[in-house]
Amino acid sequence: MNVLVLFVTLWIVQGALALAMCMCVYRMVLGPRAQDRILALDALYVSAMLQLLAFGVRTGSTVYFETALIIGMLGFVATVALAKFLMRGEVIE
Amino acid sequence: MTTFSHADVPLWAAVVGSAFLLLGAGLTLIGAFGLVRLQSFYERIHAPTLGTSWGMGGMILGSIIIFTSASARPVLHEILIGVFVTVTTPVTLMMLGRAALYRDRSELNPGVPPETPDDSFATAMVERKEAPSHSEQEVVSQRP
Repeated sequence: MNVLVLFVTLWIVQGALALAMCMCVYRMVLGPRAQDRILALDALYVSAMLQLLAFGVRTGSTVYFETALIIGMLGFVATVALAKFLMRGEVIE
Repeated sequence: MTTFSHADVPLWAAVVGSAFLLLGAGLTLIGAFGLVRLQSFYERIHAPTLGTSWGMGGMILGSIIIFTSASARPVLHEILIGVFVTVTTPVTLMMLGRAALYRDRSELNPGVPPETPDDSFATAMVERKEAPSHSEQEVVSQRP
């Protein structure tokens, strides 16, 4: 019973997160301006991080949390660098 | 590295943890839907924060409950992800919003809020950084 509850929930959760990632990709491809694409990339990073958390619960192992943490850090650095580039035209002055 | 088998999770923990996981994933989905549906960039920048606040919080709480109940000791390292995302999201979104505002103002797009004294002070600071020939006193006296 508990295994059934967990696995049905995890199917729904991973499906919802995959749909969210598809929506972010849609906005990233169609986004009218550069800032929309960067925002969609940031949201895509967050969705991918949550997808890895759900995958960690599904496999019952904690290795995936480190991966999720790395993806979160990379998303932060990428978004800050891209926003800096939009603002000033160069990343490191 | 910790592993557990799903049969070790008691039923109450499976139900409560699943509810939190569903809450987190549902809020992230609503945020992504808002990212697609909203009209202007300044509306869209608010939508993904659903996923970075309670979307992430729900997923983390759910996985903490499930892992802790199955492995008979507290598994709390997910909190690290939560703290990191909570600290970094405002920084990135503020920088992105500032960059978008700067671009819209420099292209004289309609529908952009006018400059406030706070902004003109920031612009003066940027100009001071760009033009080292200005002495500090000149810039300070130009400021309203």
